[in-house]
Amino acid sequence: MPARVFVHPRVALVAATMVAAVVAGVVAAQQAPPQQPNFDAVTVRSFRVQDNVYMLAGAGGNVTVQIGNDGVLVVDTQFAQMAEKLLAEIARLSGNQPIRYVIDTHVHPDHVGGNERFRRAGRAIVAGNVAGDVRGNEGATLIAHETVAARMSRQDGATPPAPAGALPTDTFFGERDEVFFNGEAVRLIHQPAAHTDGDMLVFFRRSDVIATGDVYVNTSYPVIDTARGGTINGIIAGLNRIIDITVPRDKQEGGTMVIPGHGRIADEADVVEYRDMVTIVRDRVQEMMKKGMTLAQIKAAGPTSDYDGRYGATSGFWTTDTFVEAVYRTLGGK
Amino acid sequence: MSNYRRAGLVLAAAIVLLVPQPASAQVNLVGYWNPLVADEDFIERVPGPNVGDYAGLPITDAARKRANTWDAGLLTLPEHQCKPHPSTYGFRGVGVLRIWEERNPQTQQLVRLKTHIQWQEQERDIWMDGRPEPSELEAHSWQGFSTGRFEGNVLVVRTTHLKAGWIRRNGLPLSDRATMTERFLRHGDLLTHVMILEDPVYLSEPLVKTNGFAVAPTGTMEPYPCRPAVEVPREAGEVPHHGIDDVPPTREFGQRHGIPEEAAAGGAATALPEYMSTLPSLPLAEPKGDPNEGFGPPPVPAGRGGGGRGRGAGAGAGPAAGTGRGR
Repeated sequence: MPARVFVHPRVALVAATMVAAVVAGVVAAQQAPPQQPNFDAVTVRSFRVQDNVYMLAGAGGNVTVQIGNDGVLVVDTQFAQMAEKLLAEIARLSGNQPIRYVIDTHVHPDHVGGNERFRRAGRAIVAGNVAGDVRGNEGATLIAHETVAARMSRQDGATPPAPAGALPTDTFFGERDEVFFNGEAVRLIHQPAAHTDGDMLVFFRRSDVIATGDVYVNTSYPVIDTARGGTINGIIAGLNRIIDITVPRDKQEGGTMVIPGHGRIADEADVVEYRDMVTIVRDRVQEMMKKGMTLAQIKAAGPTSDYDGRYGATSGFWTTDTFVEAVYRTLGGK
Repeated sequence: MSNYRRAGLVLAAAIVLLVPQPASAQVNLVGYWNPLVADEDFIERVPGPNVGDYAGLPITDAARKRANTWDAGLLTLPEHQCKPHPSTYGFRGVGVLRIWEERNPQTQQLVRLKTHIQWQEQERDIWMDGRPEPSELEAHSWQGFSTGRFEGNVLVVRTTHLKAGWIRRNGLPLSDRATMTERFLRHGDLLTHVMILEDPVYLSEPLVKTNGFAVAPTGTMEPYPCRPAVEVPREAGEVPHHGIDDVPPTREFGQRHGIPEEAAAGGAATALPEYMSTLPSLPLAEPKGDPNEGFGPPPVPAGRGGGGRGRGAGAGAGPAAGTGRGR
């Protein structure tokens, strides 16, 4: 059984203040967060992925929504500024069903920024699912891996502690947790040291949809937040785990559908294509390191050049150079 | 001619023009079609192209690099075994093609044309009802999202939302940003299929290919089930590929066929007829190390892909041999 810990927001805030005081001065330099868009100009678009699971796109990471008679389960909440638009779309899709669960795939603000507003907009089911909304004034249950709660509750690089209402109310240690909701098992699978140190895959077993957070994206090379425990080998392990979970319907297509952290709806074949690319790039960098090449020499040798036209960038938050450097560093390069 | 008679003729002409024409007035593509394989694309269609042969293809440097590091052993991975040809390649295969219509039962308007090619059951919808393309965030598929229209007797089709695929079966890649425009032209019992392929990542210019089919009056379609299996035990997570410093397969191909390596390496210039005049001035590929490396008897098994630098299985054998990609 997974170890589940209920963290009351007020307790967490006190702990956060104490921890933050200790670590604020020693946290390693954090990667610059991605530039935030003009939220006023952003519209929310929703896509039915499979069964009663939807993907919502706006600004920030993709949001996954599962809707049914028990209410609404939401995976990730984008930026805080997107919350009202997202909530309006969820209300439209669900017929104003209450949000019961919010699940964070990882700690970044483009995925958890709307936590507080979403939580307040929802109502948890407590007392063994027989007493209804007796704790309704405390909002939806907010689930994350323990490391996400720990990071959110302290000064994390340039990111200040999150407000109490945005903090996870249920956390778990170890590899997995689970929820049974709207007639289906929802498995929460922790992927260690991948995009960050608190990543979670959310697998809707009956609907056959997996929300991957930023362990899998199809808009860029994988973003590896080395300051928060991300590694290239963790990303590859995460991609292989997704491939283990997914089952194509036929001819390597359809079946289990994949909602990436960023980008378009995908299936196993898309993840395989991406996994192949990331593994090949990792192998190339590793081979060059074995030959004694420096980071500058490795960058100059172009270990990604045959994929740059699809995944690379020369400007912005996550460039090809930044990616190669993250691969190099997390393979032990100095 | 009296004014009344003239007016009557004008009215009759107007009626003919205004009344919707029955869809049957369009060319009929429905039926079974056998591919004509004994043409210049025979190697493409049947045995599979040689590894390292990119001549005449307007590929980018990135495409060349990916193909040079491609290892046919990749196709032994279970997750690669049951991939069908994408619509950007399937019409160059050898499988029987079936085309049929779906019409609105009330209006008899053509809703979609469907195509099915036997190998790996490549089934495709060509929407004829004017629907818009899906969002860029919708899933991509092997056959893509296709819309069609008739221009006279020519069916013109545009396809987007493709999965990452291949330009050739020797590792030349096609990205999921590729798009395709096709033309289907019927001449009696013959069907000509023209495809114009564009890819901002792996093609520097559009790639144009034509394929021929002949009516098959007694055509049949066999199923093609596929279930992957572990063919080569490997370490978990291994992805077969060659190193970027390895001898490029273009050199091996050039050496084997007496073709300059530069020509084998392809690129837009090699697609033009005038490129032939430059060939005599280009150096032939020089052997590196053992000149027989990769050509003759099966090489000593290596850890990846079953062959180290011996990318082909021998003279004339392409990657299709023994890789599970049989067409």
